[in-house]
Amino acid sequence: MRFSARALLAAAVTAICAGAGAAQAQYSDGVIKIGVMNDQSGLYADLTGQGSVWAAKKAVEDFCKATKCHDKIEVVFADHQNKPDIGSNVVRQWYDVDKVDVVVDVPTSSVALAVNNITKEKNKVFLVSGAATSDLSGKACTPNTIHWTYDTWALANGTGNAIVKTGGNTWFFLTADYAFGHALERDTEAVVLKSGGKVLGKVRHPFPGQDFSSFLLQAQASKAKIIGLANAGGDTINSIKQAAEFGIVAGGQNLAGLLVFITDVHALGLKTAQGLIFTESWYWDTNDANRAFAKEFAAANKGNHPTMIQAGVYSAVTHYLKAVHELKSDADGAAVVAKMKATPTDDKLFGKGSIRPDGRKIHDMLLLEVKKPEESKAPWDYYKVRATIPAAEAFRPIDQGGCPLVKK
Amino acid sequence: MAGRMNRDMQAFVALMALGLVAPLMIYPVFLMKVLCFALFACAFNLLIGYVGLLSFGHAMFFGFAAYISGHTVKVLGWPTEFGILAGTAVAAGLGLVAGAIAIRRQGIYFAMVTLALAQMVFFFCLQAKFTGGEDGIQAIPRRPLFGVLGITNDFVFYYVVLAIFAIGFLIIYRTIHSPFGQVLKAIRENEARAISLGYAVDRFKLIAFVLSAALAGLAGATKAIVFQLASLTDVTWQMSGEVVLMTLVGGMGTVFGPIVGAAVIISMQNYLAGFGEWVLVIQGAIFVVTVLLFRRGIVGEILAFIGRARASSAAEQQEVVADRQVEAGG
Repeated sequence: MRFSARALLAAAVTAICAGAGAAQAQYSDGVIKIGVMNDQSGLYADLTGQGSVWAAKKAVEDFCKATKCHDKIEVVFADHQNKPDIGSNVVRQWYDVDKVDVVVDVPTSSVALAVNNITKEKNKVFLVSGAATSDLSGKACTPNTIHWTYDTWALANGTGNAIVKTGGNTWFFLTADYAFGHALERDTEAVVLKSGGKVLGKVRHPFPGQDFSSFLLQAQASKAKIIGLANAGGDTINSIKQAAEFGIVAGGQNLAGLLVFITDVHALGLKTAQGLIFTESWYWDTNDANRAFAKEFAAANKGNHPTMIQAGVYSAVTHYLKAVHELKSDADGAAVVAKMKATPTDDKLFGKGSIRPDGRKIHDMLLLEVKKPEESKAPWDYYKVRATIPAAEAFRPIDQGGCPLVKK
Repeated sequence: MAGRMNRDMQAFVALMALGLVAPLMIYPVFLMKVLCFALFACAFNLLIGYVGLLSFGHAMFFGFAAYISGHTVKVLGWPTEFGILAGTAVAAGLGLVAGAIAIRRQGIYFAMVTLALAQMVFFFCLQAKFTGGEDGIQAIPRRPLFGVLGITNDFVFYYVVLAIFAIGFLIIYRTIHSPFGQVLKAIRENEARAISLGYAVDRFKLIAFVLSAALAGLAGATKAIVFQLASLTDVTWQMSGEVVLMTLVGGMGTVFGPIVGAAVIISMQNYLAGFGEWVLVIQGAIFVVTVLLFRRGIVGEILAFIGRARASSAAEQQEVVADRQVEAGG
């Protein structure tokens, strides 16, 4: 049973760059095996899912061309269904039985933290693109993990700081009443106050919430310029939809989302989502390389355009392959990560960047605003870039995360 | 009755023998997961199969015990075995409270009361500081068992989990086949008559409920150590639904049914993970087919088939004997 299922998986997704007569390097089992684990069927399937698998395979393909297909590389994938025990079971099996060398993506913080621990225990490599929790480069950091694309601190900071600077100086928070919501609210509030803004009030809604009307009316009555949505997923979608019904944005207030992706905007439609402000690390329509990538991505993924997470998977896999290729070995996970940290990053999507000792990948972040329907000229033409947050300011200062790897 | 018991014991020994060699062929962490869920389903089956109480909130015992064992082992630094016992004890206590409230009602109301209580526990776990919110309790250490047995090795730990499962299973088996278990079955068949015979029905139900909760807690506490994490997944109402599914698919009210059901459902979740959303569809389809065509579940149908075969062969023998008698007489 196990073998047939695995064979099926492998047959379905294997992307092999067969060595063209070149001598195989000393990779464990002669092959570099990349495992993409994410949500293939649930609420994060659109923003990670098969798109991330495609991005990983694309990175392998491009790397293969650049190195004349010297290395044998395989990509496998699995669905963790957003359950940490399923994710942890799959990853253990990948490391112990299937000889996977590196796990990529993994949205849902609880699953990512579980994978983080197992990866350290087995000395493999974990490249996080999907998960948000800034603990991965903070108190939960390990010598085997790199947090690539974004984190909660960067989103709260980018959105809070940049909005205040561009005139949104009075805030009202709509917060999901659980630890994640509280943390987002706390981080953003600190940034808003520090940049000279004011918080006029906040309200906590139950998690998960269905009816946001009374909370939105309070937010509307507060006359705050910005309503900060310290929630995620379905709660964010529902609160944006209901805010549109109340005419909040049309009335001159702006919504600031703290965890919003382009697929959410696509699902909401521009009419509902217009005016929403948030932070992402990558947008497909910013330069020619990104546009070319998005075009290929769309052709392979039913017309969908890549999210920052999927672009991050491409970028992370590219940098990983470079490091392994130079080391000529993938056996020692910590050594590979050390090599990745020592080498400046450079790829066609995220450009030049670097990785800090605490495992935080550093690059610019973008403050985005959703266009009005009449401003959008093409499908997926959704964002105006309001500001670019320079890499040096975009992420939590290294001494504030509490990562044990950082020498005081 | 004695024959039945012997057959069950033979089946149990065969199952244990299978359990002893299984990790040589199948990945031990996966097997440990199956065992934890099998014990969970067996504990649930004790209530629905033998007392006729459909609890729709068993995840509260399973998941909360996981948090307790995770917290005591990781934060308080307790030895593994005490952590698991603490989880079990707290689940039993929770079972006493939930049971005392819920057994006052029957049928759908009982199910709804348990569901409501489970949702309260879920909310508590979501809000409480020590559970770590949706991140859960991560990196629970696997300390040596009794200070000597190194359970960081999956193989070694597998046999420990197998032993825990065997103990839990034998407790349930003993309960079902005791005079106490007979009373439980009497309550299931006709509660009014059991009352008229002078049994304190509520007390029997409560004891069964607490026992079931404690064993569900034992399963959850063990699972937390196996995966080194305790998370919200284990206390959600979906988990309560999943254990109903396992028990129905395997065979409600049979001793081995829940084990088979747990193995089937967990295998599907694990090995069909590549099919993504189709896993849920397949699960749903299997559930519908089971309920429509095989109401006794997998093990129930097999037992019924054996029973029919026995009955018909016995009838044939009788016919042969009768024929001979006729011939001899003629």
